[in-house]
Amino acid sequence: MSHDASLPDVQTHPAIRRVAHWLLALSILIMIGSGWRIYNTSPIFPFNFPETFTLGGDGAIAIVHHNDGGVANAIAWHFAAMWLLAGSVLLYFLHTLVTGHLRRDLLPVGPRSFLRDFIAAATFRLDHRLGEYNAVQKVFYLGVLSAIAMMFVSGLAIWKPVQFQFLTWMFGGFQGARLVHFLFMVAIVGFLVVHVTLVAIVPKTLVAMVVGRASSAPHHISAAE
Amino acid sequence: MAELPNLRRTAQVGQIERRVLMRGTLSLGAVSLLGGCDISDSNAVQGVLAAMSRWNDRVQAALFSGTRLAPVFDERLAVKNFRYNAYYPKQKAPRLDASDYRLELSGLIGDKRPWSVAQLHALPQQSQVTRHVCVEGWSMIGKWTGTPFRTFLERVGADTTARYVGFTCADGYYEGLDMPTALHPQTIMAFQLSDQVLPSEFGFPFKLRIPTKLGFKNPKWVTSITVTNREPPGFWTDRGYNWFSGI
Repeated sequence: MSHDASLPDVQTHPAIRRVAHWLLALSILIMIGSGWRIYNTSPIFPFNFPETFTLGGDGAIAIVHHNDGGVANAIAWHFAAMWLLAGSVLLYFLHTLVTGHLRRDLLPVGPRSFLRDFIAAATFRLDHRLGEYNAVQKVFYLGVLSAIAMMFVSGLAIWKPVQFQFLTWMFGGFQGARLVHFLFMVAIVGFLVVHVTLVAIVPKTLVAMVVGRASSAPHHISAAE
Repeated sequence: MAELPNLRRTAQVGQIERRVLMRGTLSLGAVSLLGGCDISDSNAVQGVLAAMSRWNDRVQAALFSGTRLAPVFDERLAVKNFRYNAYYPKQKAPRLDASDYRLELSGLIGDKRPWSVAQLHALPQQSQVTRHVCVEGWSMIGKWTGTPFRTFLERVGADTTARYVGFTCADGYYEGLDMPTALHPQTIMAFQLSDQVLPSEFGFPFKLRIPTKLGFKNPKWVTSITVTNREPPGFWTDRGYNWFSGI
């Protein structure tokens, strides 16, 4: 896609995409928070997540009353937000498909363009233009969508190791599925850190995702600043 | 793990208490989620979570297949020293005496005469090497031997068109099963673990071994069985866990 530097950069997000984005954001935060509490009950690695960053109520109170450190609550959150997550991903995916956002803005992306933009970004020479995704962003967004898809598949394998035993077998068994579920969670958290950092650097992208439209001054002017 | 102050509380008391507790705990959880914001009507949120849990019960019942078998493993993979797991230490586990044990039957059952251990042990038995999956996330493969629960239900003339089977246990535990799971070919009354008579701490004289359910849906030290059309409460379900909890 060519970019006319004399025109102002404009980022627009249709209402449905914005709604899907924020529902997705909310459901992912709930999934991570409750998932960390569930993880703490039977950790895979020799560490726990600090309870402050988990969802499931005050574990000390819950253990006195129920002999359960808020895991029941965390599981209730996890399996409720699972539907919100599925719904918002479906809404987002269908919308990107129908509007051509997927084909036009997210695809295609090849290794060469990714490498070029990645090197530019790493050396702080990459223009971050509103309304146009560079190859690194494309890989990032497609990557996190793939990670969410993997979370679904590995999550189903953990939830239903008998009814969906083929999935569980594919991950090398129940504990293998738990490990995969954990690793893709790490990938998604990694994405969130970079995503939120970049939004903080270019706050207008946040404006666009909230009100639907944001523009910057013509590019050659902003570049001269 | 601290011990529960009163194990024999009724299901209803447990439910009310849970609601009160969740109201208190939710706002704390919400603080960590929303960074200082307070969900003003946390009761409503808890109501939504409970409603979603009921919805998940229905989804799971629909996903359940009465003929799909849980994976079975090579006997060499079965753990010999199985993990003891309860909400109290091993020393407090009930030690039932075979000589005065009686299994009580009630509800929609034709022959309600109680069963002795000798009578139970005389039932036809089969073995399974399956994976026990705990809601906490750990899992363990074990070998259990016992009678298909379907065989027992048919033997006592239970109405297998009823919707549920309820269990109460010697330690105050209680649990309920949907009838399709109760009739599943791998749902057994397990009298043995690792080819040994089921040890006291694992539920002597028997536990329900249900490889299509999470571990807590497998009651131990069962002392009474009822067949009913009213959903039986579950000990952990009264503490906020999902009722169906199928895997």
